[in-house]
Amino acid sequence: MGMGLMSGSMIKVVIGPQHPALKEPERFIIEVEGEQVVQVTPRIGYVHRGIEKAMENRTYIQNLYLAERICGICSHAHTTCYVQAVEDLLSVEAPPRAKYIRTVIAELERIHSHLLWLGILAHEVGFDTFFMYVWRDREVIMDLLEEISGNRVNYAMNTIGGVRRDLDQEKISKILKGLEVIEEKAKKYIQMIQKEPTILKRTVGVGYLSSIDAVRYNAVGPLARASGVKRDVRKDDPYIAYDDISFNIVTRDEGDCFSRMMIRAEEILESINIVREALSKLPVGDISVKTRLVIPPSETVSRVEAPRGELIHYARSNGTDKPERYKIRAPTLANLKALCKMLTGIYLADVPVILAGIDPCFSCMDRMQIIDCEKKEKQSWTLDDLRRYAREWYQKH
Amino acid sequence: MGVVKTQFAFEALKSIFKKPSTEEYPHKRREPPKDFRGRPVWLIEKCVGCGLCARVCPVKAIKIIGRGKEVNVTYLLDRCIFCAQCAESCNIRAIAIVGEFEFAGYDKSKMSYIYDKKQLVEKEAEIAR
Ligand code: SF4
Ligand code: SF4
Repeated sequence: MGMGLMSGSMIKVVIGPQHPALKEPERFIIEVEGEQVVQVTPRIGYVHRGIEKAMENRTYIQNLYLAERICGICSHAHTTCYVQAVEDLLSVEAPPRAKYIRTVIAELERIHSHLLWLGILAHEVGFDTFFMYVWRDREVIMDLLEEISGNRVNYAMNTIGGVRRDLDQEKISKILKGLEVIEEKAKKYIQMIQKEPTILKRTVGVGYLSSIDAVRYNAVGPLARASGVKRDVRKDDPYIAYDDISFNIVTRDEGDCFSRMMIRAEEILESINIVREALSKLPVGDISVKTRLVIPPSETVSRVEAPRGELIHYARSNGTDKPERYKIRAPTLANLKALCKMLTGIYLADVPVILAGIDPCFSCMDRMQIIDCEKKEKQSWTLDDLRRYAREWYQKH
Repeated sequence: MGVVKTQFAFEALKSIFKKPSTEEYPHKRREPPKDFRGRPVWLIEKCVGCGLCARVCPVKAIKIIGRGKEVNVTYLLDRCIFCAQCAESCNIRAIAIVGEFEFAGYDKSKMSYIYDKKQLVEKEAEIAR
């Protein structure tokens, strides 16, 4: 079934690396036999921006804004991780109110990131109506973030020793009102995801990752949790205000794309509760402490749970106002091995959904080349070609 | 499945009668929120030329020449990332952030703003005369 076209020959399908619209381009060489994927080789480093080196040439204050720009979607996770590391080097602690405000922003960010991702997966399976609805509703959160921080992306809320802006009563009531809208919508989405045949057909059983493999390949974030691994930095190593707030880690056992979708939708509800609780417990007091700009020699590791999983920053200071070494490990890198595992043995038509399934950063595969090993032929495919191929394949089968 | 179909139909029907979700920019401009981080503006009469803003700016968008009454600030809009760190660092609050956001242009040379205290003082003196 479906093997007729290319049967007998091993074909290399090269996906990636560049897509101007999305970050983190990746290239995958996918070897297919017929329509089945035999082997996957990732090739990373296409958007190496030299950020770690650039950080060594800038002061700690300037690096705040560089750390913010590592990722456009989870910019707050990166700055939180950065300021945590620097505060640790300085042995200062942010005031409690600042920690709560960081938590509120972090969870709002998680909500909008998960909504964005839900939309992208819906788009990948060819369900653009859902994509439009989700992205429309995501604007509620984006507007809230703009209201609070002064910008829709790159909120620049964190500073070394606290946060830069306070939450007043007016903003708090706006957040609560926005959360009500999102809660209602998220509940509706969960119903839709569970019952909509278009989504079920393309996601149930697709991209299976067992919990053993999730642990073996060190999957992090929603990908691990969708395979039943209870892994969440917010609980395992509580930072900012998470140890004062009660919340559940959502896990599911299916381990397929469907459960990854459900996990994200359910985490939105969980995040809404965290924001509510953080706002109701918001301590009074200062929002930042004054810190020195020169940091004595020391080193530290800091980690946070970004919307996509565990994010690690390492910093070493040398007694100047600039770090001597800075290292960043983003969650997508951790999930790469698990992704290759999931891609092996599946149908080519499922590749876009699984790639998108771990992280929206991977939808960057705009250009692909098909190399027929035997005929030494090259064919160029765009992401749209692959999507079209996938949709047609599913109509046939 | 029936529930979902009705929900979708309901949502779709509602959308027909609603106005578009997207903003009708540039025909209708939305007011930026109160605390929007836009362009920094120098209140040059206050500035003492300490140079702190230029030192903290992550993208070297500020150049300060001179001190005290002679200070001359060049602000490069094409470099600025609108982080407002300069306004936060200035101890005298000589930098204000305004809610402007439409900066697109074809000519980079028109994107630098020069604030000169001496000229300002001269102008004021002229007006006084
Ligand atoms: S920090 Fe303030 S006073 Fe100092 S140079 Fe900049 S604007 Fe002028
Ligand atoms: S807003 Fe930021 S980037 Fe722009 S001039 Fe001020 S410090 Fe520099």
